[in-house]
Amino acid sequence: MEILSFVYFGGAILLSALMVVIFKNPLYSAMSLLSMFAHVAGLYVILEAEFLAGVQLLVYAGAILVLYIFVVMLLNVQTQGRVLQKQAPVVFGAAVVAAVEVAFLISRSHFYPELPPVPQPGVPPLGNTEMIGMVLYTKYLFPFEIASLVLLIALVGAIVMAKGKLKFR
Amino acid sequence: MLNDILAAVIVIAGLLFVVLTMVAYLTYLERKVLSFMQDRLGPMEVGPWGLLQPLADGIKLISKEDIIPQEANKAIFKIAPIISLVPAILSFAVIPFGRDSFHFEGITTHPYLTDINIGMIYILALSSIGAYGILLGGWASNSKYSIMGALRSAAQVISYELNAGMSIIGVLLLAGSLSLVKIENAQQGGFWHWYIFPQIIAFVIYLISGIAETNRTPFDLPEAESELVAGFFTEYSGMRFSLYYLAEYANMIVVSCVATVLFLGGWGSPLPILDFVPPVIWFMLKVYFFLFFFFWIRATLPRLRYDQLMKFGWKIMLPLSFANVIVTAFVVYMIRH
Amino acid sequence: MVPLSWYVGLSSALFLVGLVGVLVRRNTLVVLLCIEIMLNAVNVNFVAFSKYQHVIDAQILVFFVITVAAAEVAIGLGIIISLFRLKGSVNIDDFNILKL
Repeated sequence: MEILSFVYFGGAILLSALMVVIFKNPLYSAMSLLSMFAHVAGLYVILEAEFLAGVQLLVYAGAILVLYIFVVMLLNVQTQGRVLQKQAPVVFGAAVVAAVEVAFLISRSHFYPELPPVPQPGVPPLGNTEMIGMVLYTKYLFPFEIASLVLLIALVGAIVMAKGKLKFR
Repeated sequence: MLNDILAAVIVIAGLLFVVLTMVAYLTYLERKVLSFMQDRLGPMEVGPWGLLQPLADGIKLISKEDIIPQEANKAIFKIAPIISLVPAILSFAVIPFGRDSFHFEGITTHPYLTDINIGMIYILALSSIGAYGILLGGWASNSKYSIMGALRSAAQVISYELNAGMSIIGVLLLAGSLSLVKIENAQQGGFWHWYIFPQIIAFVIYLISGIAETNRTPFDLPEAESELVAGFFTEYSGMRFSLYYLAEYANMIVVSCVATVLFLGGWGSPLPILDFVPPVIWFMLKVYFFLFFFFWIRATLPRLRYDQLMKFGWKIMLPLSFANVIVTAFVVYMIRH
Repeated sequence: MVPLSWYVGLSSALFLVGLVGVLVRRNTLVVLLCIEIMLNAVNVNFVAFSKYQHVIDAQILVFFVITVAAAEVAIGLGIIISLFRLKGSVNIDDFNILKL
């Protein structure tokens, strides 16, 4: 069952990722990416990371991609001329070499077998959301604050860039 | 294993039937309520008091020709209404509408399809995917009214979804869980336990955002008929048009259900004396109160201007909901420690 | 039980697809999408290792990657809009004003 769902989700992810690269129309690419995000969220559910699956859909599909499609529709650029860049054949060649190399490396490397969960006496097992919350707001509090700062800077930067010339008084 | 699957199928089928019937009769209810508020009778011809009107409407819409504009992007034009409707229906999977599980020959059915521990995030994520249906439908129609309606609607849905999400956080802090079942259980035992009282600001913000998210009057700018013909579904006809229509009403029911669960205690009765009334009845009463409220607002208020809408969302509602989150977090922390 | 190496294989294939897309496509908007594919490939790896090694910290990292992705798209789209205003095109080889 797990193997079946992995094959389905993994295949769908790879297929839609390829579609993103192949489609000529950027809107179709964006739609394929939406399918990829949804299937990655499904993969997260198999991996028992429900909270991240929800966040994946909420942030990627709900915010990032809508913003993106908004821009595609607003600019409404017609694709003309070449789709690929001049260096494309070289890149394809290098990609094949890299794929073979990575496949070789993975087939030869040794992964640790799955560790058994560490039993904690007397503590009821927490849900995925609770566990993330516990770690995020204690151990990773400082990176969390920095992440919010990054978002703030991005917000200000995007407004400054999109507004064009700012008049300072 | 097989029994569980069977039970799930029964609940899914029952839920779908109830939801779709509710959606169909909501159109009837809306017309009746609006008519009475405007001092007229509303649909009276089909069946007694016009009760078969939704059926007649459905037959009419199915039998109509499915027109696809020549310049439209055909594939996206066809799937956009489906993208709009499916998330709206899927949201019902996590809504708990009653208290008692039902046992029958080893099969147990719960009054909800599933109780996932990220229920609230699930609903928010689905409602944001619904925006794609509107955006793509408007774009694929290749008409200036449609694209204007779609862009307006997308901007509106994104802005107000933020407010809805922020206002929910206060309730989540109080209940300490994202699961709708746990949120409901935390509010039982009388109306003074309901979160509407400590979270009155969040309640108002959520309700206004809900009206805006479902594109209802006074926030129905995406389909402002006097400026945009019908907004993003100008070019749609027949069954595809009715799919958008169904999606809008299903979204209204979802918003009402979520408001009921989060703020009015879900299936709980307001006073312990009234416990003899079945929980499902209480749930439906509260949901219909919100639906009536939607119609009431529609009959009362005129449409906002677009800049007013955006200013209201970003400059008034968002700071208010942030303030609500901060104050709630502070108070909850002080009480618990 | 799916072996961990399958997830690593999926993730590296996904990363490769994204990388090829970034290097090959001429439309800046699609290049931005391919960066998202690469970030997702990394996330899949993080979550898989998080489950197989029972470390929740990896999921926190995914959280931060998603934050960075959101910031990156906001800035990236801002840059694309300004460049479109400047050049009237979103093709990446039209943006060569730094070239002598």
